[in-house]
Amino acid sequence: MALDIAKYRRRRLRSTITVGLCWAASGLGLTILAVILATLLYKGVAGLGLKVFTEMTPPPGSDGGLLNAIAGSLVMTFAGVIVGTPIGILAGTYLAEYGRYSKVSSVIRFINDILLSAPSIVTGLFIYELLVRPMGHFSAFAGAAALAVLVIPTVVRTTENMLLLVPNQLREASSALGLPQSLVIRKVAYKAARAGMITGVLLAVARVSGETAPLLFTALNNQFWSTNLNAPMASLPVVIFQYALSPYEDWQRLAWTGALLITAAVLTLSIAARWLSSSRTQQ
Amino acid sequence: MTFMADVHSNATATAVARRKVLERLRTTDGIFRGLTLSSAYFVLILLGAIFASLVVGGYLAFKTFGFSFLTTEVWNPVTEQFGALAAIYGTLITSAIAMIVAVPISIGIAVFLTELCPMSLRRPIGIAIELLAGVPSIIYGIWGLFFFAPMIQQYVQPELIAAFKDVPVLNQLFAGPPYGIGILTSGLILAMMVLPFVTAVCRDVFETVPPVLKEAAYGMGWTTREVVRNVVIPYTRVGIIGGVMLGLGRALGETMAVTFVIGNAHRISASILAPGTTISATIANEFTEAVGDIYTSSLIALGLILFFITFIVLALARLMLMRIEKKAGA
Repeated sequence: MALDIAKYRRRRLRSTITVGLCWAASGLGLTILAVILATLLYKGVAGLGLKVFTEMTPPPGSDGGLLNAIAGSLVMTFAGVIVGTPIGILAGTYLAEYGRYSKVSSVIRFINDILLSAPSIVTGLFIYELLVRPMGHFSAFAGAAALAVLVIPTVVRTTENMLLLVPNQLREASSALGLPQSLVIRKVAYKAARAGMITGVLLAVARVSGETAPLLFTALNNQFWSTNLNAPMASLPVVIFQYALSPYEDWQRLAWTGALLITAAVLTLSIAARWLSSSRTQQ
Repeated sequence: MTFMADVHSNATATAVARRKVLERLRTTDGIFRGLTLSSAYFVLILLGAIFASLVVGGYLAFKTFGFSFLTTEVWNPVTEQFGALAAIYGTLITSAIAMIVAVPISIGIAVFLTELCPMSLRRPIGIAIELLAGVPSIIYGIWGLFFFAPMIQQYVQPELIAAFKDVPVLNQLFAGPPYGIGILTSGLILAMMVLPFVTAVCRDVFETVPPVLKEAAYGMGWTTREVVRNVVIPYTRVGIIGGVMLGLGRALGETMAVTFVIGNAHRISASILAPGTTISATIANEFTEAVGDIYTSSLIALGLILFFITFIVLALARLMLMRIEKKAGA
């Protein structure tokens, strides 16, 4: 009997150790997030001021802001999302509605999931070969195209998942009223899945607005204000990349401020997206 | 009589109108279906086009260097000699470090979230971990370069060098000097970046374990550790491997964070404290400055190699996750 109690104690102890390690792992994960955010706040707030939003990126040694980079990021993200979203929604619709059980759909689903996690720098190379080389110069168009390529798989995935959640009775009821299938999808299924689909688009915006790699050699960079989509355009992530690796202190400070801005924007977007989708599921 | 005729002609008019409406509906129906179908095929075309463009772009490099492109370490833009081996090695070794560090921690967090955490905290902690995945990779880069690397250089690397000074093989692996940036630091940053992805998958597959199995095991007097080890993990093994592969796919292709902290040295060192390079970091650093067709082509060829490796890894991950989804559905 004494032996058994010893064994029991040992099992208890080992279990306690494992449980403790799991707590520690979670603590570590949360600590990493906290430390990253704290560093960003500490280093980024110092450079934050009105100038950041009203002045252009400066040459080394002089004062300036990030206006052209912020504007460039907004323009290219917007263009990329505008181009990518319809394609993504339509493709997701096919997977969930017309071809839910077809063989082709499972292949497309599989490929889409791979594209979802594929290295974004490869997207940059692809657009470089497809657009930049034939056009002969870098341009905001190419940057937006590279972002659109990243938007598509994200939107396909969420659209399909959200449409699959729509109860089939809704579709059957509207078909029984004589609605053609495209109207069933557009007027009934889309309406029921709207919040989730918007969530997907928001998540896609959050994802591409922080992307640097696909812009490096498509949109390149531009130190000046530019609204010409056919010319190189600055973007916040690329400016952060360039300034952070520079030896100039004021450039590095601007890089930190830019980093703070972009993280705040991206995290706000993804929290908003989550809030939107959870408020829907609670209904 | 005229009244009847009126009714009659009205009826025909309605019939005609109805046919028109139906016709229009049928056309729009067809158009919409066609649009969705072609968009779905567009995804396939996209993948094919990416592969094709990389093959076309990298053709010159493969033609010039042949198979030796994969087996030589030299990367010399001046003499236009290019080999991918150092970059491939860097990519694999940083990803390996990342997975060794991240997988146990991810499984720990997933166990915590599904078995141990108080219900009210599950959602907030889960979201916090997911936010870690939302932080853009350039942020990990700048944070890694200015905060994490100096910390590693000051506190971790000297300890490692001192600790393994007299151990035969390990003293090569942890040979100084402590640069701060390098293979190990990149691997650790990558670990933080893939952690949320692996955790999310593990948590999802852990939730597929039927409660009955766990309850039965607890009822037999098993401890939490024994339930996790003998019930949860065996039941979800395929899914965990899928999640790990998914994380690996991310780690292999991650660009910006690594570019900041790897050190960009085209050589293979025995020490993991030394600077190195990865495929993605090489492309990010050198592409805009590449002069000459063969240089550009070599970089695109590197991209093709990267895409090929990640494609295989991600495909395997998907296949495994599909297996566990089928199991959960059945």
